[in-house]
Parts: sequence; C-alpha cells; structure tokens
Amino acid sequence: MTPESLIPLFAAAVAAAIPLLLAALGELVTERSGVLNLGLEGMMLMGAVASFMVVASGGGLVLATLCGCLAGLLAALVFAILTLSLQASQVATGLALAILGSGVSAFLGRGYVGNPAKLTFAELPIPVLSSIPVIGPALFTMNALGYLAVILVAATTYFLYRTKSGLILRSVGESPVVAQSLGLRVIRIRYLATMFGGAMAGLAGCYYAVAQFKMWQEGLTSGNGWIALALVVFASWRPVRLVVGALLFGGVTAFGFYLQAVGVHVSAFALSALPYIATVVVLTVISRDQRALRRNAPASLGQPYFGM
Amino acid sequence: MIRMPWRLVPRTQPSARMRVLAPLLAVSLTILVGCIIFATLGLSPLAALKVFLIEPVSTINGVSELLLKASPLCLIALGLAVGYRANVWNIGAEGQMYLGGVFATGLAIYFHERGGPWLLPLMILAGAVGGALWAAIPAFLRVRFYANEILVSLMLTYVADLLIKYLVYGPWQDPASNNFPFTITFSDNALFPLFASFGGEWLEGTRLNLSLLITLVVLPVAWLFMQRTFAGFQLTVAGLAPGAARYAGFSSRGAIWMAMLIGGAAAGVAGVMEVAGPIGQLNDRWTPGYGFTAIIVATLGRLHPLGIALASLLMALVYLGGEAVQISLQLPKAISLVFQGLLLMLLLGCDVLVNYRIERRRPLADAAIQP
Repeated sequence: MTPESLIPLFAAAVAAAIPLLLAALGELVTERSGVLNLGLEGMMLMGAVASFMVVASGGGLVLATLCGCLAGLLAALVFAILTLSLQASQVATGLALAILGSGVSAFLGRGYVGNPAKLTFAELPIPVLSSIPVIGPALFTMNALGYLAVILVAATTYFLYRTKSGLILRSVGESPVVAQSLGLRVIRIRYLATMFGGAMAGLAGCYYAVAQFKMWQEGLTSGNGWIALALVVFASWRPVRLVVGALLFGGVTAFGFYLQAVGVHVSAFALSALPYIATVVVLTVISRDQRALRRNAPASLGQPYFGM
Repeated sequence: MIRMPWRLVPRTQPSARMRVLAPLLAVSLTILVGCIIFATLGLSPLAALKVFLIEPVSTINGVSELLLKASPLCLIALGLAVGYRANVWNIGAEGQMYLGGVFATGLAIYFHERGGPWLLPLMILAGAVGGALWAAIPAFLRVRFYANEILVSLMLTYVADLLIKYLVYGPWQDPASNNFPFTITFSDNALFPLFASFGGEWLEGTRLNLSLLITLVVLPVAWLFMQRTFAGFQLTVAGLAPGAARYAGFSSRGAIWMAMLIGGAAAGVAGVMEVAGPIGQLNDRWTPGYGFTAIIVATLGRLHPLGIALASLLMALVYLGGEAVQISLQLPKAISLVFQGLLLMLLLGCDVLVNYRIERRRPLADAAIQP
C-alpha cells in the first residue's frame, strides 16, 4: 500500500468529517448552555431540503447556504419555544423534532427526488499548500463550507473560552439558578444557543445536499445527526476534540468506501454499518467512566429550568 | 425580551383532567393546522379532511386495514410504555421489529414446505426472542457501561436495516426474484390465517388476520402488569422518583433490563405480524416506520393501555389518510409523517397545561406594589 493510494481515503475522510463537525459544533454550544437538543437529524434534514430547493429554483450558493441555516434555525426555535417557554421535556421534544423534520423535509422535497443539484460547491485548492503530498489533497483542497467549518471551530473555541459572553453561556449551562441570581437572562441565552445549534445543523444539511451528495432524497442525512450527538459526548464538550472525533468518524465512513473501491470482498452492507457500530463502541468506551463524564458535561444539561 | 401578557404558574399538583384533555386539544389543533396546510395547497380543507379522515374507514375493507395497521402499532407502544414509565428511553423499536421479522423469516424459509401448524407459534416466539435480543444490547451497554440507550438503540436500528438489506439481496433472496430484494413467499403454515378465510361473505377481500388476537390479549395483560403487579409498580416508581426507588431497594438495573426486554419482545412480535401477515415475505422496504410511530402512540396514549389502544387507531387512520390523499388528491404520502410529527409536537406543547396554569399578568405598576 503506497502513500499515494491513501490519498482518496484521507480526502474522503475529511469530506465525511465536515458535516459531522458542523452539526456537532452547533450542538456543543447548545449543550454548553444546558439544553439537550436530540433533534439534530430533523434540523439537518430541514437545512438540506431548504438549500436544495433554493439551488433547484435558480438561487445561488450563498443564498442556499443562508436558507439552509435559516431552516435549521427555525426548527430549533420551535424546539426552544416548547422546552424553554412551555417547559416540555427536552428528550421528548428532541425526538419529536427529529420525526417532524424528517416528515416535513420529505413532504417539501417530494418534487426534487432524483434530480441532481444544479449548482454545487466546487473544491478550492489552496495554492502551494495543496501540493503537499498526501495531506495536501485532503486538507487544503476542500470546498468553501469545509474552510468555513475550520474557521467556525476556531471562532467558537475563542468565543467559549476567551470572551465574556462565552463565559456567561457556560455558566448558564453549569448552574442556571446561580446565573439568574447574578442577573443573567438564562432563558434568553438558552434561546440564542439553541438557535445557533439549529443554524449549524442546517449548514451541515446544506453540505450534504449541495456539496457532498449533490442531490435530495428522503432521509438524506442517514443517521449522521445522531452520530454528531455521540460526537459531542466523545469530545467531552470541547470544540478542539470535536475535530479529532469528526475525523475519526469520517475516517470510518471513508474506510468502508475505500475497501469497496480497492475491491476487498466484504459485503457493502457490512461496510455501511461501520459508522453506526463505531458510534456504539465509542459511546460505550466513553460512558464507562461515569465520573469523568459527569465532570465534563454541563451540570444542568437536559434539566428543565423554570425561569422567572 | 418581549413581556407576554400572561405567565405560567406551577400547579401544586399535576392536573389529572388536563392529562386527558391535552391529547384531545393537540388532536384538534393538528386538524386545524392540517386545514391550513390543505388550504395553502389550494384544496378545500373540508373536502380534504373528509378524504383523509372519513373515507378510509367508510367501508368494511377500510376498517380491516385500520385494524391491520393499529394492531402492531398498539403492541409496540404497549411495550415501549413499560419502559417510558421507568424513564428508559428505548427509541430503537423499529430495529427490534426488524429483528423479529428476520428471526421469523429465517424459520419460515428453513421450514418452507416442511412446516406444520406448529410453525407459526414458533415464529412468533422467535420474533419475540429476536426483538428482545436486539434490545438486550442497549440494555447491557447501559447497565454495564452507562452508555446512553437512546443513541445506542437508534444506531442499532440503522444496523438492523442494513442486516435486512444484506439478507434480501444475498443469502435469503428468492432465486426466482430476478435480483429484486425479497425472499420467497411464505407457505400457508407460516402465515396468519385471514378472518375472511373462516367464512362470512361480508369479509370478502379483507386482509385482517388472526394476529389481531395477540394485541387483544396483550392489552389487558399489559394493564394488569402496569397497574396491578409489584414489578409494574417498581418500574413506575423508578421513573417518577428514582431516589425513592433506590431507597426502597428497587434495582434500577433490573428496571432497565425489564423495560428494554419487554419493549424489544413486543416490537419483535409486531415484526412477525407484518412479515407473516399482509407482506407474506421479507423485503427491504416492508415497514412504514411503525417503530417510530409507536413512540408517538405511547406518548399520545399517556402510557396507559386504554389510551394507547385509542391512539394506535388514530395513528393507523393517519397512515390510511395519507394513502388516500395520495391516490385521490395527488398529495405526497409523506404528509402522514408531517401530521404525526406535528401531533407529537403540539401534544408536548399542550402538556404544559398539566403542570402549569396560565395566568394573566398584572400590569407592571400593580405588580410593584405587591410585597
């Protein structure tokens, strides 16, 4: 196996990692504020169908991206109204959002199944860097959304750990009661964090529809929203570790395609099951140490909070 | 933030009346939103509602189809409700149902042409074992390693889907299928007999089969288990007050195991009802998502057997309505999914009334004088 033969594997791993990273990054911010939104899959599907519809009706890529984000954000707003204002259970509402999102996206996208996307994100190689052997074609030959994901990871890390607003967001997630007694608007901050998570999930959906698969079909995201949720646990709620986790999961997905491409005789279905099995294994290994997990998780995660 | 003219005041005790009224309110609101959707699509809301909700059940055949769909939904939801009462969130019933179907299909293929009247009961048993085994994985990982059962059971649903695809495209494919993904059609010994086969001209052409009896037997058993046995009581306490359950010495691990295995077995049997019922074989797209819809059924039915029975009829009607509007109004079938999701969302919203009262806010100046 020469290093050159691994180039497509690395490139595919990075391509599969980006949407996971985008969605998980948004969910990480939401969870850091103490809100557990299990509806990632639904929000991603809404973003995917919205951006595909924009492209199909002649809109540009920027408009498609924005509409994808907006669709995810609106879905998250529904979740926020139910859980933050009407005190509905976060777990149940998240599941409901996943079901509703898959239904609404299937309904809206009914006329677009089977058509290729009219416009797609092209790869933009960075001069010089992209000619580095092996990692050049993988890391420095991404599309615009890929570079955006890198920038967003850096920006989110800076926001969470180096700005006052980031500190406020994290303290709301640790103890809403204390935060409220300090005069912080807990519910408003949680609304904003949830909507950011929705917009990021929408962006991830846009990536699937317009950059990776370049088409629309029912359930396009095939469970990646749930994998992104596991990724947040894997990263113990830290953005930089998210990058490692996303590349790992992207690698597992790509490995399946790679084995098929080089003609190894393993059932294609077994290979497709790899990311799901990997998620279960990783989740099991991470959760084993409950104490470490509790130490890392935002203390109020998923707990209802009745604001004043 | 905008100052709302009303506010929520916690009730001292959850309102029992609202627990019953909230689902009715949610159903009414869903119908209202449905009318708006139909109107925006340029249809007369009343005519569309008639096609959606009334026409599907206006014939004997329609009622038979309704029961045929409601029966597995009800069975899965009963199993899930046992878990949800104990706060064990098994959302992988869809995958557990697949495994039930796979186990039963294995027997049906192995004993094809060699079966006897014992084959069908054996398949039902195998289906229950298959579903329970698939549910045992998240149960074990949760009890032993604290892995979140929501994510694990859901991931396993995707794996189960791929397992079925592997089987029907591979070793179990019907040799005469021209490479289409389905198994041989089961022999009569491996199929539930139709009610119509016992005579009665008025049942002519209906597909309802004896598997309905399973659900009819399980319903009162589930009620007895939940309301009248110590194990059912332990599960409920574990869900309502985990601290109290621990103090009383109820094993939380035992509760997780019991909840997951019962849910898995029920879903597995529902899978047998489908493959040995209207489908009569295993193929790669045999389920309309009963495992997920059953989550809505359990919630809408308030985790109570009677409520679940009613909710399963309603959800079955939503499926039939979706098919009806597809045929006569050329709307996509996905509208069923939209209504299901919408109903669950609205129900969760209406549930605020169970624990809170809505009170008009006093004007600011007034409120300031209050101590």
